Amino acid sequence: MPKQTKEAGTPQTGRAIITIIGSDRVGIIAGISNVLAEANVNILDISQSVIREFFTMIMMVDLAGSAISFHALSERLTRKGQELSVRVEIQREEIFKAMHRV
Amino acid sequence: MRHLNFSGEEILETITMVRTEQLDIRTITVGISLLDCVSDHPETLCRNVYEKVERVARDLRRVSAEISEEFGLPIINNRIAVTPVSLIAGRCRPEDLLRVAETLDRAAHAVNVDFIGGFSAHVEKGMTDIDAHLFAAIPQALAKTKRVCASVNVGSTRAGLNMDAIAAMGGIIKRAAELTAAENSIGCAKLVVFCNAVEDNPFMAGAFHGASEPECTVNVGVSGPGVVLRAIKAAGGADFGTLAAVIRRTAFKITRAGELVGRTAASRLGLPFGIVDLSLAPTPAEGDSVARILEEIGLDSVGTHGSTAALALLNDAVKKGGAMASSYVGGLSGAFIPLSEDAGMIEAAEHGFITIDKLEAMTAVCSVGLDMIAIPGETPAETIAAIIADEAAIGMINKKTTAVRLIPAAGKSVGDWVDFGGLLGRAPIVPVNTRSSQRLIARGGRIPSPLQALIN
Repeated sequence: MPKQTKEAGTPQTGRAIITIIGSDRVGIIAGISNVLAEANVNILDISQSVIREFFTMIMMVDLAGSAISFHALSERLTRKGQELSVRVEIQREEIFKAMHRV
Repeated sequence: MRHLNFSGEEILETITMVRTEQLDIRTITVGISLLDCVSDHPETLCRNVYEKVERVARDLRRVSAEISEEFGLPIINNRIAVTPVSLIAGRCRPEDLLRVAETLDRAAHAVNVDFIGGFSAHVEKGMTDIDAHLFAAIPQALAKTKRVCASVNVGSTRAGLNMDAIAAMGGIIKRAAELTAAENSIGCAKLVVFCNAVEDNPFMAGAFHGASEPECTVNVGVSGPGVVLRAIKAAGGADFGTLAAVIRRTAFKITRAGELVGRTAASRLGLPFGIVDLSLAPTPAEGDSVARILEEIGLDSVGTHGSTAALALLNDAVKKGGAMASSYVGGLSGAFIPLSEDAGMIEAAEHGFITIDKLEAMTAVCSVGLDMIAIPGETPAETIAAIIADEAAIGMINKKTTAVRLIPAAGKSVGDWVDFGGLLGRAPIVPVNTRSSQRLIARGGRIPSPLQALIN
């Protein structure tokens, strides 16, 4: 009765937002981009600014074509974030649409 | 920016809500009809119940974990609500009903959910034989299982109050407390007495899958007292109109997140989406408190004069914001004021700033009722029944859901504490009025349903 949807663990579609919060330093974009390139995740847009005293970098990425599951991608990004001493979050775009767009 | 449709502020706001203001999805509750499990033989009934619950809810935990990760939103509880057992166990004797409870417990364990609700009966107009058997089985069922939650509906605006059932519940609550005395009478934390119970409530301990519900459904309960608190703080000394707008806007965002999670969970589980319950449900974590919101609105301590007015504003604004955010709002929807689960309430009770009488008044304008209040173990059954009757009368007359979840902590008195740990929290024993209500409760019969006209 409950149907199993295969794409649950391995997103083939959709976009996600990656937020990197921490102090600015050399190699952050390169480090994160590397992880994404290895996973075949395309970066659609990048912006960086200082919001509420935090250096914040926001990336919009396309998950279509991703070679790995969302879970695996999230883990790799977190690990890279720890190496670079920044906090990295990846969230599907829908959550922001739901909360901030009517 | 070409693709980025959100400002950095908006993205950070969502992240801050989760990371520092404890925004979370409080529960994904899968409702499961057990009507097709009915059998002449208790053994077959139990087997059918186990198989169905296990089959429908098998993937709940996995799906919930995936959604939580993908949206970056914690999902605190995964739960199951089933058809009231009184509707499926017509042939059962009390000892068979215990086996049904144990079966539900095993099924909940198998799919790794912490609570399963529906050991329930609706007796607002009168009791069937099976209802009476279920009542008799409740204390043992709560003592012998870990995950099963029981609820009874003893009154409604349409039917009035069943005072015989209310009288019986006084004794049942006492018995449940005694049987679980070694664990702070935790049995009572899993037992709710309702007036005007709703059939799609995802929150425990009062969740059940009502007879009017579909085969299966996914209901979601959102939370976020911390987010509302921060928004009110940011509004400073604004007047009530502005305050209401701030709360509405916040509730809107929280509910939209809940609806997204609910719909995604439903689609991945292959079940229909039911409702979002847009309640503000506190936890014992500091900052995740409804009491602190009321204090921020302008009270030295929750429980002082003005608490009811502040709660009325909060509750209504939450509902208005939430109702705009989702097509299907249901359940209890509003601000909960449990005592043991709210750091601000605990503190106020410890200092005697809030009493059970003030809590009762506040329940006239909040979403539910007298919730998770520890009272002296020696409180007579008639007094507990009379507290239930008062609370049910408020619900009946005001056409709203009210509930009572009292813990007459066995062997404890005013000055002692009970500590349940986790989300159930801890609470000081609060005093109750010691004058007797015995003659009121001894009368028996029903309090007739109220007029729906001449409403003043």
